[in-house]
Amino acid sequence: MSKKHTMPQSLLALPREDRGGRIFLGILLAVMVLVPILNLGTDADNPIHVSTYTVTLLGKYLCYALLALSLDLVWGYCGILSLGHGAFFALGGYAMGMYLMRQIGERGVYGNAELPDFMVFLNWQELPWYWLGFDYFWFTALMIMVVPGLLALVFGWFAFRSRVTGVYLSIITQALTFALMLAFFRNEMGFGGNNGLTDFKDLMGFNLQLDGTRIALFLISAALLASAYAFSRYLVTSKFGRIIIAVRDAEDRARFIGYKVENYKLWLFTFAAVLAGIAGALYVPQVGIINPGEFSPLNSIEMVVWVAVGGRATLYGAIGGAFVVNYAKTWFTAVLPEVWLFALGALFVIVTVLLPNGLVGLIQQRRNRKEATA
Amino acid sequence: MKPLDHALQNLRQTMRRDRVFDFVAEHRFPFQGLGHTVVPGVVDISHGTILYLENISVSFDGFKALNDLTLYIDAGELRCIIGPNGAGKTTMMDVITGKTRPDTGSAFFGQTMDLSRMSETDIATAGIGRKFQKPTVFPFHSVFENLELAMQADRRVWPSLAAHITAAQRLKIDEVLETIGLQMHVRERAALLSHGQKQWLEIGMLLMQDPRLLLVDEPVAGMTHQEMDQTAQLLTDLAGKHSVVVVEHDMDFVRSIARKVTVLHEGSVLAEGTMDEVQNNQQVIEVYLGE
Repeated sequence: MSKKHTMPQSLLALPREDRGGRIFLGILLAVMVLVPILNLGTDADNPIHVSTYTVTLLGKYLCYALLALSLDLVWGYCGILSLGHGAFFALGGYAMGMYLMRQIGERGVYGNAELPDFMVFLNWQELPWYWLGFDYFWFTALMIMVVPGLLALVFGWFAFRSRVTGVYLSIITQALTFALMLAFFRNEMGFGGNNGLTDFKDLMGFNLQLDGTRIALFLISAALLASAYAFSRYLVTSKFGRIIIAVRDAEDRARFIGYKVENYKLWLFTFAAVLAGIAGALYVPQVGIINPGEFSPLNSIEMVVWVAVGGRATLYGAIGGAFVVNYAKTWFTAVLPEVWLFALGALFVIVTVLLPNGLVGLIQQRRNRKEATA
Repeated sequence: MKPLDHALQNLRQTMRRDRVFDFVAEHRFPFQGLGHTVVPGVVDISHGTILYLENISVSFDGFKALNDLTLYIDAGELRCIIGPNGAGKTTMMDVITGKTRPDTGSAFFGQTMDLSRMSETDIATAGIGRKFQKPTVFPFHSVFENLELAMQADRRVWPSLAAHITAAQRLKIDEVLETIGLQMHVRERAALLSHGQKQWLEIGMLLMQDPRLLLVDEPVAGMTHQEMDQTAQLLTDLAGKHSVVVVEHDMDFVRSIARKVTVLHEGSVLAEGTMDEVQNNQQVIEVYLGE
């Protein structure tokens, strides 16, 4: 072993051992094994049966978790509070939605193999140029990453170079997603207007209504979340990670030491946007629709709440937050739908005032207290 | 007077040291020693001067923070800059490090580097390190990591993803840790250090950068007498190998380290010389005592 690897791990303030992350990956693995067995291997009337509805719901949460992870990278570790992260999620979702639309072929209401239903309805004669290529999955997969990534790269290039930071950056990211929402609402944009894209039939030849496809999508989401977690963890513990934390805490110091702060921010922001795009692409086939509502500023703010509730700058905290808040949302919207937004607002206030480090901070506090008394 | 001034300005422009003898630059004229060739990343101190500030003026909303400031720092020199509040000391540092652009005048690092055209990061990599007035370290990182981040290394994004500390770099960090006396705190988060320790850590980060020119803004603020003595020792040791510019309010401290003192007042140089000369200067007495 060469000498450069012998640095004692305890020398780093950022713990190399990742207990919370290991627990999270363990749970995720258990769920990946148990859920398919309990769904496919048991009858519907069996008390331990997991319904396909639940599988899809979990798959949806996994996509949200991936999105929260992406937001935590930029906000938790680099202090870039993006209030428009939903835009990247929605763009990834639209790319996938376009592929799924092309897969419908002549099974649409109008039976037109050349054009999606909404274009026939609008009396369009041919497919717009930007729909070309979405017949192929490889092209779609590329676009799922390239479109959000490119937007983040261009947007970030201007914003970070002009040294837009703090609340101003939050506001322009919010404006970005709002502008995109208004654009996607328009019929002549060619993305289905306010109905969005829906009525999907199959994905790479697999019927989206089948239990097996649902399970596969769930498993792919879980696997991608796990690998995104592992890679993000590598990122934040590398020297790159230490630099972005340094930028978060003392931007001027980092600059006067000689780091090109804007480049670090730019690449991190772009990477996060690509992750968000992938999350959106996995989300769409599971919920069966993508519409401009996904761009709504409120969505992006909700994502921030997930991360704040879970705990910033821990990665697994953001994932936990996404699950907790979305489970609460599912519960509330079923039982007391009119209370949900109040509950969300209250949650945000409570977390900001009482739990600045979120649930993870609460758990750590408990543990520290236990260690102190023991 | 006016036309003469104008002519002088023009002459200065045409004779700017990055322009004069430009035609003998290496790619055109293969003879050595005639002109000053711009070699990227190399500070040309062949004339013995590392920093040239000439006729620099900076104003904020009509307030002249710097007013026709001209100042030269020799290579290897330890220079103290004193002056009452608002004399322009910090603005001068901002101009040198690229944080503020001068309205007029020129700032050169060595013979060839025009600081007014370089970004903060480029200036930092060219070899100018700066310690802020308020100690600024990375609070979340340990002392060790603070030094690691300041260490001379590849500053680009992609290499940072796979960067490792080599044995030589570790040695350098240990050396600096010993110099700044923070060996016992190597694992501690910088946020937990005392004010004086943070000052030292920041100086340590400067040492890791190994700059040609160190700008040190109020290094002993919040330090005990003992710590002050140590700082004085450290700064005098640094001079020679590095050029050091210290801005300080504490006169005892300045007296203990200074060989040459520059007094700034209302954005320009009021007096320059040894501590004794400066203290006996009638103008300086007036400014400081308000007579």
